[in-house]
Amino acid sequence: MLRPTAVFLTKLITGANAQWVNCPKDRDCLRIYFANHGSHLDFATLWAALPAFARDKTRPVAARDYWGKNAFTRTIAIGMFNSLLINRETITRKDNPIEQMAAAMREGNSLIIFPEGTRSMDGQMAEFKAGLYHLANKVPEAEVVPVYLENLNRILPKGHLLPIPLLSRVVFGEPMRLQEGERKTDFLLRCRHALESLASPT
Amino acid sequence: MIDYASPVTRNLLSAIFGVLIIASVIGYLLARKAKTDSAKATVSNLNARTKSWWVMVLVLLGALALGHRGTTIIFAFISFFALREFLTATPTKRADYYALCFAFFIILPYQYWLVHTQWYGMFSIMIPVYAFALLPILSVIGGDSTDYLARTARTQWGLMVCVYCISHIPMLLTLPIPADSLRMGSAGLVLFLVCLIQGSDVLQYVWGKLCGKRPVARVLSPKKPLEGLLGGVLTASLLGAAMHRLTPFSPLQAFFVSLLLCFIAFFGGLVMSAIKRERGIKDWGTLIEGHGGMMDRIDSLCFSAPVYFHILRYYFT
Repeated sequence: MLRPTAVFLTKLITGANAQWVNCPKDRDCLRIYFANHGSHLDFATLWAALPAFARDKTRPVAARDYWGKNAFTRTIAIGMFNSLLINRETITRKDNPIEQMAAAMREGNSLIIFPEGTRSMDGQMAEFKAGLYHLANKVPEAEVVPVYLENLNRILPKGHLLPIPLLSRVVFGEPMRLQEGERKTDFLLRCRHALESLASPT
Repeated sequence: MIDYASPVTRNLLSAIFGVLIIASVIGYLLARKAKTDSAKATVSNLNARTKSWWVMVLVLLGALALGHRGTTIIFAFISFFALREFLTATPTKRADYYALCFAFFIILPYQYWLVHTQWYGMFSIMIPVYAFALLPILSVIGGDSTDYLARTARTQWGLMVCVYCISHIPMLLTLPIPADSLRMGSAGLVLFLVCLIQGSDVLQYVWGKLCGKRPVARVLSPKKPLEGLLGGVLTASLLGAAMHRLTPFSPLQAFFVSLLLCFIAFFGGLVMSAIKRERGIKDWGTLIEGHGGMMDRIDSLCFSAPVYFHILRYYFT
């Protein structure tokens, strides 16, 4: 009951229009969706824009220090959106977020991650953190799909609670893979460019 | 609001549904005849348009059947969808957060509340005076001066065009026009405007396709030819004269009022094209299949509705 409500509410608030550019919508395979990050609505919107069969086995990756704070945020993150909560502050060998994500993928889940690590204030894309590379390296069979999220930072900017009912767009780009012997910085730069190329020229 | 016993009502409804049924039958026959891919695409676009016309007519007639309150609510939603498209297409900044919140959650509902309570004095100044002063104040609190004038102007324009202008349509139902001069009831005033302006749009398109050569505004909207404008506006004005029983106008008055409204509507559409062109978009949205967004449908009503309202209010009440 929580999940369909979450999908309906998200689509109502963000008026999201999904566009699939060179990306097969109905392919049933393991994927790492990565997107630009400007709003709390990002993972919900991306998740709601997926076709139902893919949504059922796609988990947004969220920060435990934020979303695991109390029962309410945990219910939203886990109960509604099936999020995978990871530790982004104290990383130990035992509590390694990459290992945790790879384990979830080995169970057959696709993931939604935000390689900038945090929400941007002004819609500019920050440097990508290395997690995307390490994950792609650990799960080489997964497709890495860039997803550009437009306007969500205007609908619900960082630091505000009430969404403004503007329309957003979710643009899925061509699936990528980590190439044999590709260096970390090269791969991250390639991913960033793929994401930037999906932004409409305004 | 609608006098169903009046023969004027019967004639208008037969005309509207007659046109729609004929268009649907023609579309159906064309779809069966179309062989090439491009012909199929054209016909399926035509049929999507006809289908959306059915929906729009049924929504409008449903709203009018519900009286003043129902019509006010439906037009409030039309304004909401239009404002949403307008402000999505025109960039604002993080510092405009509170201005945008006020535009959507306070100013838009309050304007339609004023339509509901029929407080004409406040209705006519709330957005142009108070919202005009309030929005830049809310934006300036954000402390960001980049593009400040352009940003505040965009929010203000969105409210003027999508909310203020459009709210004059349900306000037509409150005009104290002597009842014996309105043969269909006050709903006829709304139907006259909508049928005239949308008819003019369609007729301009038809005339343009038949004999269009010279674009009126090559840069802004190369697909709108002068022949389409003149032919469309003249035939639509004849249509307006034929519909004069919906209004207090005589046939000749109806013709000249229609002529004026159609020209204003044309230039209203051209203004909206200029904005779309500046933003580099083709349609405002994807709400109505085959027709773009809500703004694409109502752009020609925005400027003509207040003029029509004031002609009626000044000369006929």
